[in-house]
Amino acid sequence: MADMESSTSMGMTGDVRSEVKKPKKKKVLLMGKSGSGKSSMRSIIFSNYIARDTRRLGATIDIDLSHVKFLGNLTLNLWDCGGQEAFMENYLSQQRVHVFSNVGVLIYVFDIESRDVDRDMATYVSIISAMTQFSPTAKIYVLIHKMDLISLHAREAVFVDRVRLVRQKTSEFIQAAGYTAELDLIPFATSIWDQSLYKAWASIIHDLVPNLSVIESQLGSLGVLIEAEELLLFERTSFLVVSSWTSEEGQGNPTGDRQERISNILKHFKQSISRFTGTPRNAEQFTLMEHKAGSRFSMFACKFTTNTYLMVVLPPGEARFNSAKLNCQIARESFKFLDGPGPVSGQAQSLSS
Amino acid sequence: MSSRLRGRDILHGQDDDAQSSQAQPGAALSPAQQNLTRVFEQNRHKQQKQNGAKAPEQAPEASTKGKPRLLLMGQRRSGKSSISSVVFHKLPPSETLFLESTARIQKDSMPSFMDFQVWDFPGQIDIFENPTFDIDAMFGEIGALIWVIDAQDDYMEAVARLNVTILNLQRSYPNIKIEVFIHKVDGLSDDYKLDIQRDITIRIQDELSDHGFENAPVTFHLTSIYNHSIFEAFSKVIQKLIPRLGILEAMLTNLCRTCRFEKAYLFDVLSKIYIATDSAPADMASYEICSDYIDVIIDVTEVYGGWQRSPRYRENLEGPPWNQKLEDQVATNWAESCMVLSDGNKPIMLREVDKYLALVAIMKEDSYDKMPLVNMNVEVVVQGLKDFFEITKSK
Repeated sequence: MADMESSTSMGMTGDVRSEVKKPKKKKVLLMGKSGSGKSSMRSIIFSNYIARDTRRLGATIDIDLSHVKFLGNLTLNLWDCGGQEAFMENYLSQQRVHVFSNVGVLIYVFDIESRDVDRDMATYVSIISAMTQFSPTAKIYVLIHKMDLISLHAREAVFVDRVRLVRQKTSEFIQAAGYTAELDLIPFATSIWDQSLYKAWASIIHDLVPNLSVIESQLGSLGVLIEAEELLLFERTSFLVVSSWTSEEGQGNPTGDRQERISNILKHFKQSISRFTGTPRNAEQFTLMEHKAGSRFSMFACKFTTNTYLMVVLPPGEARFNSAKLNCQIARESFKFLDGPGPVSGQAQSLSS
Repeated sequence: MSSRLRGRDILHGQDDDAQSSQAQPGAALSPAQQNLTRVFEQNRHKQQKQNGAKAPEQAPEASTKGKPRLLLMGQRRSGKSSISSVVFHKLPPSETLFLESTARIQKDSMPSFMDFQVWDFPGQIDIFENPTFDIDAMFGEIGALIWVIDAQDDYMEAVARLNVTILNLQRSYPNIKIEVFIHKVDGLSDDYKLDIQRDITIRIQDELSDHGFENAPVTFHLTSIYNHSIFEAFSKVIQKLIPRLGILEAMLTNLCRTCRFEKAYLFDVLSKIYIATDSAPADMASYEICSDYIDVIIDVTEVYGGWQRSPRYRENLEGPPWNQKLEDQVATNWAESCMVLSDGNKPIMLREVDKYLALVAIMKEDSYDKMPLVNMNVEVVVQGLKDFFEITKSK
């Protein structure tokens, strides 16, 4: 009964919204076996939970629908689908059209510690078959989750092996179904206990942001003008890296996972601040952070547009630092389009320095 | 040794790799891996000590002389090794479950602003019964004796043994400071914690006054490795060992008054122990945020300060329009950082004092605009702190 109700209400809201807004609001489906960690990762990324807190989460019943505001004009229509078998069967039969139509992204989560891999794969294949039927253009991300449970040196091998299995099952299905188009999977190894989760989600988000090329080119010209080594543009609440630019010299940085790491560090500290000030976890916690590490490097992270933070890594130098800060404030105007809906009008304008 | 707040020194590039990889909270190291690194480190320390003992030119006595010593004692399984691993080796608290029981005295030397030593005693040995221990060598130069009591266990025996130890020591070494850590209090209710503390305090003081020691120098702390309380307790212990602490505190208090800081801490960066603070009452919340801020700076620095830029890049930066060496372009060669919180526009500032110490302060609302002035004042105080340590350094 609950299913019926929720589905009708969902249908209604969906209709109303599609009239008011543009039709581009596609679904993001989060699926996988029960207990594989779907709701945990969602809470960490979008609700500012820390990894420890996710123990408190109970099982998701049916579908947990959330509209995540992202960068102002982009609303993620996130469907967290409870993974117990009864629900799964329901999605695949009665709710098939309702769940699988108009999907933009499918995120399928595999638990690396699962005991019944064959069964997981069978469920996965039936989900994929529904996907090809109703949303053949959707992007498919496969997250191999809970990788922290595998010992460090075996991780790479286990991951590659599991991905190979998933790919094999997918191609078997495609051949059997006589499906012509290519199905492209994007696999990630993740764990809520380290920054790998941020890497996966940053890349998912990256694909969903419209006019990304404009953002990137503008960031690039800003970076060149202020002589930066690296620019990172974060989304305000999730602190995922939306876009980044790295100078030629900055690419020499041997820390390959620095974007995720910075997301992780800043997000953790946001929680410390919220404990200190007693403000809610999702509230904005800081407006500016600056660090000058002598004659090695300097950096600052500041509130940029309403929905973003900008982090700038610079070579040392007081004058350079201060002028970069001023220039970033000026540049804010050219990035205003990140906040409001509507077409992009501002092109990369020349910035006076 | 490279600075943790500014990145690697150019000359000593490859120093503390093992340490820094342990220090990052989000590092992709499995528990097993971390354990391995730690065991390896421990073995290396042991080996070094053995080698040191064998080498004739370097007598072990000489190297340990003059360093304040912290002795960790208590019943077995009360959490002594866990405490020293969490505080001094940055082991995540959850990993302490895997620590082996300590079989012999574990001596750790802490390269810090005052080079103190931590001796971790095995709980099952009674040093006063065992004639092989040289009591005089052990307690002769002691700084403080830390006695750990497991609050979640029956503590009668621990209290009895502590009493025996105090009585034994009071006769020959009356200057020893005795710090009792009532440990593992996480999970206990606040009322219950205080009840336990009162009970233990009374039992010890009654016993001591029965034997004619009134006002013995015994202090009690409620601690847990799962929050900042253990660092707070260690801070208090270390502060007692600093000669002329009052002057340090007066300097910080003065700074707070001049710059309108709410609270200032002088931190040991490696262990996150604060060695001095201003006279305003210390609260856990401000300590936590300052200590976490140090972590942020260390982590960010590890990402961006840990690698060498190419010489050509540097040449470009020093060329026009600046025409200055990079060293001259910066305001200070020490790490300097600041973060403005949204809540009341309150800035938190951090300034590196020397290799080991950092000054962290919570500033007053809306005072970010005064930052240049604040920085100048801080610079003066930092210079004063350096002079202080130069003067009080044990010769």
